[in-house]
Amino acid sequence: MIEKALKGSPLYWGWLALLLVLMALGAACYIRQFNFGMGLTGMGRDLAWGLYISQFTFLVGVAAGGLMLVLPFYIHNYKVFGRLTILGEFLAISAIAMCLMFVMADIGQPIRALNMILHPTPNSMLFWDMVVLVGYLTLNIICGWVILTAEKKEVKPPKWVYFFVYVSIPFAVSIHTVTAMLYCGLPSRHFWLSAITAPRFLASAFAAGPALILIFCVIMKKFAHFDAGKEAVNKLITIIMYAAIINAFFVCMEFFVGYYSNVPGHIHALEYLFFGLEHDGHVYNNLVPFMWLSVIMCFAGLAVFSYMKLVKVQTDTLVVLGCALTFLSLFLDKGLGFVLGGLVVSPLHEIVEYYPTLNEILVSVGIWATGFFLVTMLYKIAVTVEHEVEV
Amino acid sequence: MDNNRRSFLKIAGITALAGIGAPVAAHLSSTPALASAAPQEGHKAAAESGERGGVRFGMLIDMRKFYGHPDMLDKVIAACNKVHNIPHIVDKKTGEADRKNEIKWIWKTPYANAFPDQSAVHSSKTIAGNDFLVLCNHCQAPACVRVCPTKATFVLPENGIVAMDYHRCIGCRFCMMACPYGARSFNWEDPRPYISEYNPDFPTRMRGVVEKCTFCEERLALGQQPACVEAVQDSGAIVFGDLNNPESQICQVLARENTIQRSPAYGTQPSVFYIV
Repeated sequence: MIEKALKGSPLYWGWLALLLVLMALGAACYIRQFNFGMGLTGMGRDLAWGLYISQFTFLVGVAAGGLMLVLPFYIHNYKVFGRLTILGEFLAISAIAMCLMFVMADIGQPIRALNMILHPTPNSMLFWDMVVLVGYLTLNIICGWVILTAEKKEVKPPKWVYFFVYVSIPFAVSIHTVTAMLYCGLPSRHFWLSAITAPRFLASAFAAGPALILIFCVIMKKFAHFDAGKEAVNKLITIIMYAAIINAFFVCMEFFVGYYSNVPGHIHALEYLFFGLEHDGHVYNNLVPFMWLSVIMCFAGLAVFSYMKLVKVQTDTLVVLGCALTFLSLFLDKGLGFVLGGLVVSPLHEIVEYYPTLNEILVSVGIWATGFFLVTMLYKIAVTVEHEVEV
Repeated sequence: MDNNRRSFLKIAGITALAGIGAPVAAHLSSTPALASAAPQEGHKAAAESGERGGVRFGMLIDMRKFYGHPDMLDKVIAACNKVHNIPHIVDKKTGEADRKNEIKWIWKTPYANAFPDQSAVHSSKTIAGNDFLVLCNHCQAPACVRVCPTKATFVLPENGIVAMDYHRCIGCRFCMMACPYGARSFNWEDPRPYISEYNPDFPTRMRGVVEKCTFCEERLALGQQPACVEAVQDSGAIVFGDLNNPESQICQVLARENTIQRSPAYGTQPSVFYIV
């Protein structure tokens, strides 16, 4: 089926070429980092995780978000999502590939990465994260490929594949739960040491993942004559709205616990993220604009969706606008604020702000480009197969 | 520990190193301070000490003896840096110390940073005017060991020291996230060009791995005191010994004096105690 990704319009090839250029740029920057060391990043002794890990965390959510298509179709027999489940599975494959690349970019001795398998350590959440991520990746490759092949041959998928489909549902939940456990089990990181971390991650994932899929659907409608269907889009918007509201509710709970209890450790990170943290006469606030932008975009996205529901309109522009606002809002919230906010106060109560370096940013851009490259090719295959079946 | 005893231990350690030490080491395994002795004898010693309830090394820092003597703090830090080939990372352009990429095993910091959970609102002049020594606490329930995905950091069963395998570490820095004491450093670049005085008896590290204080397990194996303890030996400001042995000097001082630990609320059970 791979040959289907090799036939396309000049626009398709131009897009892939652009991504390839960004991938090459990212690779060159990564080689610099590989040869010199992690000192080329903005991370340091007091703030030892940065852009790589925060985006890894966000993308695990994007991968898990596909669940919102798979679950209604396979568990509730919601037929309208029939054409979309494959998009959820292929997005998950691309997102997890990006996650694994971000992890590899973040470790100081990548050539020793196999030590995770050679010396398996069940008490480490990083070990379990590797297990569930690789498991979820494998499940999605199996399910996506087998079901698409069956569709191409216009036969029913083999029965055994449903076993993997059903297993993939708890796996989707587990990848983001275990990723949250990387953070919420550390004794001295107050902002992360919260039982709401995993539920909050899941809520934001179930909004961000489907939002990205809807954006892709509109793009494919325009350029590849793929129509997801009005009802499916409408239902997905409902799901995104609920998930985004639940996420916002969880964030509000963090605010209540911090400010009402007045325990300094619980307040510091929120203070730094939203208002600026004062320490020894200096105010640290480099993330404040991003966090308020996130809040505004979250409510703006919800407003757009509410308008669509109330007035009963559904235009591509509004769908993309609402989804883009939601997706970017959650990217800033989780892909930036969560990790960096939790680290700003060091264990010795020194305050260090993080500024990523250009090299680090370009490595990240390269990884995103690789993910988009993968998802473009996979979606191209899926859509071409659908078209052939329709003809 | 009296002088005769110490010099004996030194000799014993050196013979053990020379490879003729099997009987000596077997004898030494009855001494807690040497239970971490080199490979094979070390395992034997571990088994023996396990039967006795195990050795747990700890440290007591009597800050009263450091007050007004910042030179003593510097002496301690310099001794550790020299013995362990700890690089002094400087910014290549300005030549100033590089805070972002620095490596430190034992260092000095104000009271409010060393003990962030203690009140520092109305500190006495002594507390406010002096720096405090901080280092790895070699916790009994170490969070860093719990999170390491490759067992590159682990508790030595024979003496409770939290040790590092620099060759297994993949540099994920999860241990740095878990440590509530900021005791761990990462090699953000090749540290070797920044080592001014090279000590051939201790390995240098490569870029991309985490490192920290080892309680000088390599010196203990030779019958020597940790470098920091030795640096201020005359003052007796730092006492080192077995926390599980009520007869040890450290336990006797602990029984006599009021001591505190850094952030005990995290449940890590630190092995470093302070008299402030």
